[in-house]
Amino acid sequence: MFDIFQYSFIQNAFLAGSLVAVVAAIVGYFLVVRGLTFAGHALSHIGFAGAAGAVLLGVDPIVGLLLFTIGASIGIGLLGKEIRERDIAIGVIMTFTLGLGLLFLSLYSGYAERAYSILFGTILGISQADVKVTALFGVLTIGVLLTLFRPLLFSSFDPEVAQARGVPVRLLGIVFLILVAFTVSMSVQVVGVLLIFTLLVGPAATANRIVSSPLWALVIAIALGLSYTWLSIFLAATGTWPVSFYIAALSFGVYFPVRLLSPLWRKQRGTAQVKDASKRNPALSTDMTVAGEQGTEAEALGRIQGLTRQEELPC
Amino acid sequence: MYSEIREPVIELEHVDIALGGRTILQDVGMTVNQGEFIVMLGPNGAGKSTLLKLLLGLVKPSGGVVRVLGNAPRRGNKAIGYAPQHRVLEADLALRARDVVGFGLDGHRWGTGLPSAKRRDIIYHALQEVDATSFADAPVGQLSGGEQQRLLIAQALITNPRLLLLDEPLANLDITHEQEIVSLIAQVNRSRNIAVILVAHDINPLLSVADRVIYMARGHVATGTPGEVITSRVLTQLYGSPVEVVQALDRVFVVGAET
Repeated sequence: MFDIFQYSFIQNAFLAGSLVAVVAAIVGYFLVVRGLTFAGHALSHIGFAGAAGAVLLGVDPIVGLLLFTIGASIGIGLLGKEIRERDIAIGVIMTFTLGLGLLFLSLYSGYAERAYSILFGTILGISQADVKVTALFGVLTIGVLLTLFRPLLFSSFDPEVAQARGVPVRLLGIVFLILVAFTVSMSVQVVGVLLIFTLLVGPAATANRIVSSPLWALVIAIALGLSYTWLSIFLAATGTWPVSFYIAALSFGVYFPVRLLSPLWRKQRGTAQVKDASKRNPALSTDMTVAGEQGTEAEALGRIQGLTRQEELPC
Repeated sequence: MYSEIREPVIELEHVDIALGGRTILQDVGMTVNQGEFIVMLGPNGAGKSTLLKLLLGLVKPSGGVVRVLGNAPRRGNKAIGYAPQHRVLEADLALRARDVVGFGLDGHRWGTGLPSAKRRDIIYHALQEVDATSFADAPVGQLSGGEQQRLLIAQALITNPRLLLLDEPLANLDITHEQEIVSLIAQVNRSRNIAVILVAHDINPLLSVADRVIYMARGHVATGTPGEVITSRVLTQLYGSPVEVVQALDRVFVVGAET
């Protein structure tokens, strides 16, 4: 059953897949908490035009991917967070580059498989050289993310205070989007531009529903990303369906029930916390609640009485 | 007591602020001393938040002299604690109360940082000071407005600042929670002897704690005790249109001004 591991293309798939899964989970976590998931999605589609253009020119698709996604990420970063129409602007650029991609492909008279692999990934066709490129960008991205970790997290959740505390919020935002561009370019060979959401956003969004601690959310996102990838390669290698389908199906199959059921345990935990608090100091918290309620009532009553009194005043 | 030198925490001399060609503040002068509780009032758009940003080094004056703790304002000044105007957090936000407070401690530092008992201790004490230990691990989106406000105050206080800037901490709070937050801030102000500047739209919940008020309108300010500033004469002059201050039911009402 495990003899598939003796094939070098399976080994390459596992290596590249694992790297992409880890990087995509971490970058995806920040995309989710920064509310930038649409930008992540758009970057992958913008990358499609770059990859198609590179194929047309006869160079490695990764070159076109990097050029287009990095250019677009700087553009999106400069749009800023305040701009209300940001997502519309991103969408308009994205659809334009999709059109460009289509043009490049129609001008290219070679094999349709090239286009197919950009759109849906070809993890089982990854070469040793691809693994090395993936490893280079993977290590680079993780290294930068670890260096920026605390200020990036701080500015993702509370940009105003972070800025006041001296965090270069805008610069961090642009650097982060360049890291998204790296991640998207790496991920294309595994899941393709159309299915990138499955590895980028799926695990992180699921993890965010399960726990509230940033560190644990990251750990769970990485674990989910790795297990989707490993299980999918294994299933695809022993069957006939494509890897990308399994990854997409697993990502959806786990997120959906978690999304539906998470209000249950979130609420439970909330009440548990309140119970816990009153247990620790029962007299205090009950007194406070009662006093608080009376206070509000008295205030309300006072206001009503005040009104009536005012009305009774002879003018 | 009187021999103690009270070095001013904030000094403004003839300060002008213009943003995008529009004059926000004109020839503003004021001094804030250590341990003072200042309430900043004024209509929307009068420049209250802009003045706080000036002190934080986020906005540059177009003229005049600004000194915060004896120096020009600069970003990342640990001697200032700041809680911006608070928006209601999404219920789904995957962040715990203790994480919010932790940001104030080391959120600006590079790297991931290592979990340590010392760090936990500092955060625990910060939560304790605002009576928030019971919900330390709760997701912040599920806390009430008052509880969230406590966390923001704890976050602002964690670096032991000498100046606390709070932008509308009482907005969106019901009367009970309003009282709780006011007494919490007053207690912090007294026990730590730090200067507090609190932006509010209603002086009434703060009448018993405010040392002085800064009233802003039309680019100008009036400063003094609440009794000195919140009068029909001063506010009419400040607004440039008739304003009547009415005292009723132990409360002060400003009538005629679009607050």
